[in-house]
Order: sequence, then structure tokens, then C-alpha cells
Amino acid sequence: MSSLAARRRHPAALVIVLLFGLIVTGGLYAALAPKNADAATSSSSDIAAGKQLFLSNCATCHGVNATGGNEAPDLVGVGAAAVDFQVGTGRMPLAAPGIQAEADTNGPQFDNKQISQLAAYVASLGPGPGIPASDLTSGGGDIAKGGELFRVNCAMCHNFAGSGGALTRGKFAPSLMDVSGKHMYEAMETGPQSMPVFNNTNMSPTDKKDIISFLQNTKDEPNQGGANLGNLGPVPEGLFVWTIGIGLLIGAAVWLGRKAA
Amino acid sequence: MTTLNEDTSGRSADALRADDTTEAPTGNGGAIGGVANWVDERTGAAKGVRFLMKKVFPDHWSFMLGEIAMYSLIIVLITGTFLTFWFVPSMSESVYNGPYVPLRGITMSDAFKSTVDISLDVRGGLLIRQIHHWSALIFIVAIMLHMFRVFFTGAFRKPREINWIIGLVLSMLVLVEGFIGYSLPDDVLSGTGVRAAQGFMLSIPIVGSYIAYFLFGGGFPGTAIIPRFFTIHVLLLPAIIVGLFTAHIILVMVHKHTQYPGPGKTDKNVVGFPLMPVYTAKAGGFFFVVFGVTALIAGLVTIDPIWMYGPYEPTMITAGSQPDWFMGFADGALRLLPGFLEFTLLGHTWSFNVMLGAILLIPILWTLMGVYPFVESWVTGDKREHHVLDRPRNVPTRTGLGMAAIAFYAVLFGAAGNDIIAIKLHLSIDDITNTLRIMLVAAPVIVFWVTKRVCLSLQRKDRDLVLHGKETGRIVRTAEGRFFEAHEPLDEYERWRLVSFEAHRPIAAPAETDENGVRSKTASADRTRARLSQFFFNDRIEPVTPLELAAAHHDGQADEALAPLEAAALEDAHPGEFGGHLHGGAEEIEEHNAYAHQQGSDDDA
Ligand code: HEC
Ligand code: HEC
Ligand code: HEM
Repeated sequence: MSSLAARRRHPAALVIVLLFGLIVTGGLYAALAPKNADAATSSSSDIAAGKQLFLSNCATCHGVNATGGNEAPDLVGVGAAAVDFQVGTGRMPLAAPGIQAEADTNGPQFDNKQISQLAAYVASLGPGPGIPASDLTSGGGDIAKGGELFRVNCAMCHNFAGSGGALTRGKFAPSLMDVSGKHMYEAMETGPQSMPVFNNTNMSPTDKKDIISFLQNTKDEPNQGGANLGNLGPVPEGLFVWTIGIGLLIGAAVWLGRKAA
Repeated sequence: MTTLNEDTSGRSADALRADDTTEAPTGNGGAIGGVANWVDERTGAAKGVRFLMKKVFPDHWSFMLGEIAMYSLIIVLITGTFLTFWFVPSMSESVYNGPYVPLRGITMSDAFKSTVDISLDVRGGLLIRQIHHWSALIFIVAIMLHMFRVFFTGAFRKPREINWIIGLVLSMLVLVEGFIGYSLPDDVLSGTGVRAAQGFMLSIPIVGSYIAYFLFGGGFPGTAIIPRFFTIHVLLLPAIIVGLFTAHIILVMVHKHTQYPGPGKTDKNVVGFPLMPVYTAKAGGFFFVVFGVTALIAGLVTIDPIWMYGPYEPTMITAGSQPDWFMGFADGALRLLPGFLEFTLLGHTWSFNVMLGAILLIPILWTLMGVYPFVESWVTGDKREHHVLDRPRNVPTRTGLGMAAIAFYAVLFGAAGNDIIAIKLHLSIDDITNTLRIMLVAAPVIVFWVTKRVCLSLQRKDRDLVLHGKETGRIVRTAEGRFFEAHEPLDEYERWRLVSFEAHRPIAAPAETDENGVRSKTASADRTRARLSQFFFNDRIEPVTPLELAAAHHDGQADEALAPLEAAALEDAHPGEFGGHLHGGAEEIEEHNAYAHQQGSDDDA
């Protein structure tokens, strides 16, 4: 006891206390946080509640039976994954028709429960990809393999570090740095808008898990070389050298020029 | 202390130098002096060194742009040498087992692997790599700005045309050197670049595929290209670049440095500081500033994070694939060239959409820049030597042409970033590309016109200043209640700067036929020349002549009634502070119109 008290002021003490606190809160959160609803186990009451939500929020575009309208596609068979992705990232309900339905920076309009009800309803209309199990979406895969798969399949649109890139006519592949593992998985499975579908025959669930692990690692890994300028390739480097870089040097030249002997 | 280096004998400036000390420093010089003596007695080096040490360099910040380039070249050479200690220029493949987890277990070329090792394993390696790369970028920025300085001040005129051309060759080689450096690490970005380069070669009609086959030692990518690029990058091009650079500097020594116009500065002298000690101290200090700033940037900001790009496979490409900035304009040209320039004819595909931008653009631009000094001297008929620089405003057409060229370049440069602009500004990449296509044609014309007008206005302002002095903002009230602003005349030094230039006049074509009606052989050349000369010099503002100046001064005091008042008012307000004269508001403008002369010449048009 007395030896513990004596080490109270050790520099590491603060770190240990912090770590302890983090582990406890993290563990509690993991135990108590609401679990993802799985389409397969949803009850008929969920489906009914989902239908109600659908009719009041989505039917204007997708039709009362979700079979599509002039403005919006048929949702029969898109599966719970598509709904969870589209509504969970705030893309749906679509605010206004545009080039591309964009993720809402303010987050989704519905809470997790409502989203799972909507998903359950759409899933009940026809078989489609379900919501992925959490062990596939929370990292722990082979980062290196994921990186290679990402470079072959995704980097041409999303850029090497998942910073996003331009497509034709104002469409774009968004940055993947703030996307949850679950939504990444669902995006691959359902291929929203201009993105191709990477279903289980194209790309196995473990491959998807690897890609997700790679992206999560890219987000968390320290910047080895200093500020990364947004990981957008040579354009920001060129801008930097033409502004700050040469600016500093010309500043120095002018200053030296003034210092006439 | 300011020194003058006289080129020719018997000039009045000799008088100015009369009391300058020119003897060598006395004293035995201690240990260093002893060694120097020893070397001198065996090599006779002292004479050359003394010659160099007494060279005079004028001082201006814009003359240091070339120095930034020179120091960056040195930094790039030093850091590049360090990189060769670890870099393995080979396409042999092996599996990475180093410390960087996201690549562990991946098969990659030794070139890529060794670059990852330099970055993440070798102590200080990443810093050196980043210094090398940042410095290469700064190098080329500095070269370009240096070139602009030389162009806009007319420093390319006789006798410096050869050095202008050496500089152009250097700037082109440096682009190639940088591009090849970017290709060496064999990451996804460099692989994409090499792939593009191969495509460029293929776009050359008839011989393209042979050239590509020859350079790559077969199809793409093969295993030959990285070792070959390595030899070119660290041996061939650096040797040529250093050689040309040396010639460039020797020519600067031979011609002596140019100087901006100013009192006592003529085409026959150089006013500045001797190389030793003042200039050397300054320049040496500046080297460390450049190295320091580059190292600071390299220490804080990532460049080319190849471990994130990953090893190249021909199936891979990343969004935002761009070359380094200096190749951006050529990439931009590719992005702007319309697709219909590729067509099939006689059973062959002709890819002019690629070839124009990738293969022809650089030679065309560089040729235009190379012939410019000769065209200009042909148009002006000016075959004299020039050592005093032009102020850009005093040569409006040249300045306008230069700015138009920069505008053209800038549009191409912007086009290379069209995808990044699209995602950052949420615009459609197609709209950006179409807008830039229009701008590529329109911007140079608009920029030319605006620049020329701005130059002419600045020249008018100069005339005004010379003729009427500076506005002092001091309002003087006469007894009758009229208000005047006191004007302070320029001092002679200031005035010199503003009036010592020439405005060329357009030349008329000589008669095309002689008295016998025989058409002159040079008739059509003469006509072109006259037309170009019109284009260059029709709009011009002539410098103020001493006569005009005297007239203006006289005019200013002509108003008899005002003269005594003026003096009194001045004395009252600020006794003895300046010997200015007054200009009386509205009348003044009518009476001695500052633009009278220029209007006359505009009317000629
Ligand atoms: C303003 C019209 C509109 C509203 C309202 C709307 N959507 Fe959509 N929705 C669209 C359009 C247009 C698309 C196709 C573009 C896209 O994929 O983003 C779409 C696509 C979808 C998709 C993807 C289909 C696929 O093939 O993967 C899903 C799932 C979806 N909507 C669900 C919903 C749900 C659930 C709601 C209600 C919360 C909703 N939408 C509200 C217009 C609308
Ligand atoms: C053809 C280009 C293309 C390819 C290839 C592609 N994507 Fe996408 N991706 C898109 C576009 C476009 C969107 C935006 C769709 C939308 O907003 O509905 C998108 C959206 C996403 C999202 C959702 C982002 C968000 O903001 O919610 C994720 C996650 C994603 N992609 C991951 C991937 C992964 C992983 C791969 C490779 C397996 C991949 N993408 C391949 C074009 C592409
Ligand atoms: C003249 C100017 C030069 C320019 C503009 C230039 C530019 C570049 C660039 C842009 C790269 C990309 C490398 C990276 O991402 O780190 C590079 C790599 C390299 N350069 Fe240079 N370089 C020059 C001169 C030299 C010289 C003289 C040497 C050696 C004597 C050298 C040795 C290397 C080596 C070994 C690499 C590859 C290693 C690596 O990427 O880590 N360079 N260079």
C-alpha cells in the first residue's frame, strides 16, 4: 500500500489511470451499446413499423409498394444492407434530386431503431444482402492484403488513401475516412449509384473485412512524413511549393537584399 | 562600400573611383596566407582567384532567384548521393518483411522495397528523401521564376543570347530529370507515370512503338526500365546538367551581371559589391537559408508517401494521379486536347490527342522561347550590347507577350488539377475542362491586352511624376481663397531611374521596288518586319526629355500671380523643408498636359 502511495506521483501514473478509465468505459459501452438488428431475426412488428415509416417518408418517390417511381428505383430485393447504408449515412430520404445522393454531414434523419425497422420492411419485400455481422466490419483483418485489394479495386475512384476522387459530370467518389466499418461493407455489397457492386462472388467477406481493416488503419496510422496535405497526391504538393515554399525563400532573398553592406 | 568594375577605359566614372582603395590587403596573412602562398607559388592560382574575388555583383532580390536554383541543385545532388547508398535500382521481386505492417507479406520490386526501407527503416532516410524531393520541386520553381526575371527585364539581349539558350536547355533537362526521379521508386504513382510515358512514345506515328520497345527493352513494364532510368537519373542527366550549369555561370562571369537602371549605372559598368568578401558572405549565408528552409519543410510536410501509394502493378491506378507540378502543364494539355484528334486512317490509329500535348508541346514552347531574343533584336534592329536592364513597364509589348505566355501555361497547369478542383469545389469535371479549353485561347489574348495597357499607364504615371513631382498631400491656400496642392520635385537619382530608357519607334518598310521598278529581294521580309515593329512599338510612351522637363518646370512657375504666394506659403508651412513648386488645380492640367507628347504619338497610329 505504502509503496503504491509512493508511486502516486510517478509520471506514468496519470497514463495508467487514463488507460484504466478508457478500458472501463470502452468495455461498458461494448456491453451495453445497442446491437445491430439483423434482418433475419426481425419481428413482424418491426416490419409493420418499418412499412409505416416507409409510407410517410419514402413512398412519395419509391412508390407505396416500394416498387419504384419516375424519380426513384425499385427497392424490391435491394436488401436490408442497402437501406441501412442509404438511410444510415443520411443519403435517404433524398433531400432534393441532384447529381448524386450525398451523405448528410448532420448524420441520419432516423435513429438506429427506425433504420432497422425500415430495413426490415424492405428486406421483407424480397431477398437481398443483409446487414453484415459486426466481426466483419470492425477491423482485425489482414491490413496488407486489404491494401492490395483496395489498390486494385477501389483506389482508381477513391484515391490511394481513401481521400476521394472525381468522376464525370460532377459525380465523385467520396472520402472514406469518416465512414463506419458497417457502412463500408454495405457500400461494397450494394454498390450505391456509380459504384460497382462487390458481392460475395466478386469479393469474399474476408476480403471485404481486410479492406475495411486497411482503411481503418490508414485513418489511424501516424503520418510518417509530417503533415499529409490531405493525401491527395502531387497537386497540393505543387501548391505548397509555389506558395509557402518559394514564398519563404523569396522573403529571405528580399530581406537579404535590404541588408546592404 | 560600392565598387565599380569598368569595362572600357577612359570613362568619367574613373573620377568616382579615384579614392577607392585597390591595393591588396597588407600583412602576411598568418597560417592560411602561408598555405595560400604555397599553393600559389606552385599553381599560379592567385591570379585567377584575385580576378574572381574582385568580380562585382549588383544586389537585388530578383537576382537571387538563380541562386535559389543553384543552391537547390547542390542540395539535390548531396541528398541524391545519400539516397544511392540504399536505393536498389532493380525490378527483381521479393516479399516485404520490414516494419511497416500495411505492406508486410506483399511481393514488390527491390526498387520499391528499398525506397520503403529508406523511408521507414534507415535512420534519417525519410528526411533526406523528403529534402531531395522538396528541393527538386523548389529547384524548378526557382528556375522558372529566374527565367521570368531574365525575360521581363530583357536580360536575354545581346550579348547574353547564348546564356538564355543554355538556360532553356537546362530547364528542359531538369524537367526530364525530375520526371525520371519520380519514376524510380516504382510505387503506384510512378508506375502510372511510366505507363503514361510509354503511351506518349506510342503516340508518335510510325516510329513510336519502336522507340518504346527500345527504351523498355520489350513490352511494358519489363524489367529494364528502372535500371535504365536510374543510370539516366544519377549519372547522365546530372553530368549534363552540372556541365551546362557551369557553362552558364562562366558566361555570367564573362558577361558580368546586368543591373537595374539607376544613377551611375551604364552599359559600360557594373555597380555592386565585390564577390569577396561582401557578396560571398551574403551568398554563403543565403545557401544556409535555402538549405534550412528546405529542411524545415521536409521535416514538417510529407511529400510522395510511397509507402501509402503501395507497389505498382499494371492493374492499379489511383484517383488524383498527377505528375509533379513541373510536368503539370503537359498533363493539363493532355486533359484539354479533344478526343476527335484520335482517328483511324490508312489502317493505322493516329493519336494526335496524345502526341500534341505529350510529345510536341515542350519542343514547340521551348523553340518559341529560344528564338524570341533573335526575333526581338531583328524587329528593333537593335544590335548593341545591353547591360542595363529594362523595367518591364518600359517595354509594354514584350511584357504583355510574356504575361500572355504565362497565362497560357497557367491554364494548362490548372487543367492538370481538374479532378482535384472538381472534388474540392464540388464542380463538374467536364464543365471545368470545357471552361479551361476556352480560357486556353482567350486568356492569353486578354492578359496581353490588359498587361500592355497597365504598362502604358504606369509609364504615364512615371512621366507625370518626372514632370510634376510627387504629390505631397499638403494643401496651400492663397490669399484669394484658392487651394493648391504642393508638389515636391523628384530628386535627380529617382528621376534618372524614370527617364533613362529608350522607346523604340516602329520602323517603316523600305520601298519595295527600286527606281527601276525592280522588286527588292527582301521586300516581303521587310514588310513582315515593319508589321511586327508596328505591333511592338506603335503604342508607346517616350521618356521625358530634358527639354520637356525644363518646360514643365517653367510652366509650373509661369503663373506670375502665384509665384510669390507659392514661396510664401511654402515657407509658412514648412520653412526650408523642400524647394518645391506649386501646381494650380484645374488650370494646370490644361496648360501643360503631361500626355501631350504621347497623344501625338498615339495619333500617328
Ligand atoms: C426525393 C425522392 C426520394 C425519397 C424521399 C427517398 N428516396 Fe431513396 N432513392 C431516390 C433516388 C433518386 C435513388 C437512386 C439514387 C441513389 O441510389 O442514391 C434512391 C435510392 C435508394 C436506395 C438504393 C437502391 C439501390 O438500388 O441500392 C435505397 C435503399 C433507398 N433509396 C431507400 C430509401 C428510403 C428507405 C427512403 C425513406 C427513408 C427513401 N429512399 C426516400 C429517391 C428518394
Ligand atoms: C467506379 C468508381 C468506384 C469504385 C471502383 C469504388 N467506388 Fe466506392 N463509391 C463510389 C461512388 C461514386 C460512391 C458514392 C455513392 C453515393 O454517394 O451514393 C462511393 C461510395 C462508397 C462508400 C460510401 C462512402 C460514404 O460517404 O458513405 C464506401 C464506403 C465505398 N464507396 C467503398 C468502396 C470500396 C471499399 C471500394 C473497392 C472495393 C469501392 N468503393 C470502389 C465509386 C466507386
Ligand atoms: C537535377 C536534379 C534532380 C532532380 C530534379 C531530382 C528529382 C528527383 C525526384 C523527384 C525523385 C523522386 C524520389 C522520391 O520520391 O524520393 C528522385 C529520386 C531519386 N534521386 Fe533525384 N533528382 C535530381 C538529382 C539527383 C542526383 C544528382 C542524384 C544522385 C547522384 C539523385 C538520386 C536519386 C535517387 C537515388 C532517387 C531514388 C531514390 C528514392 O526515391 O528514394 N537525384 N529524384
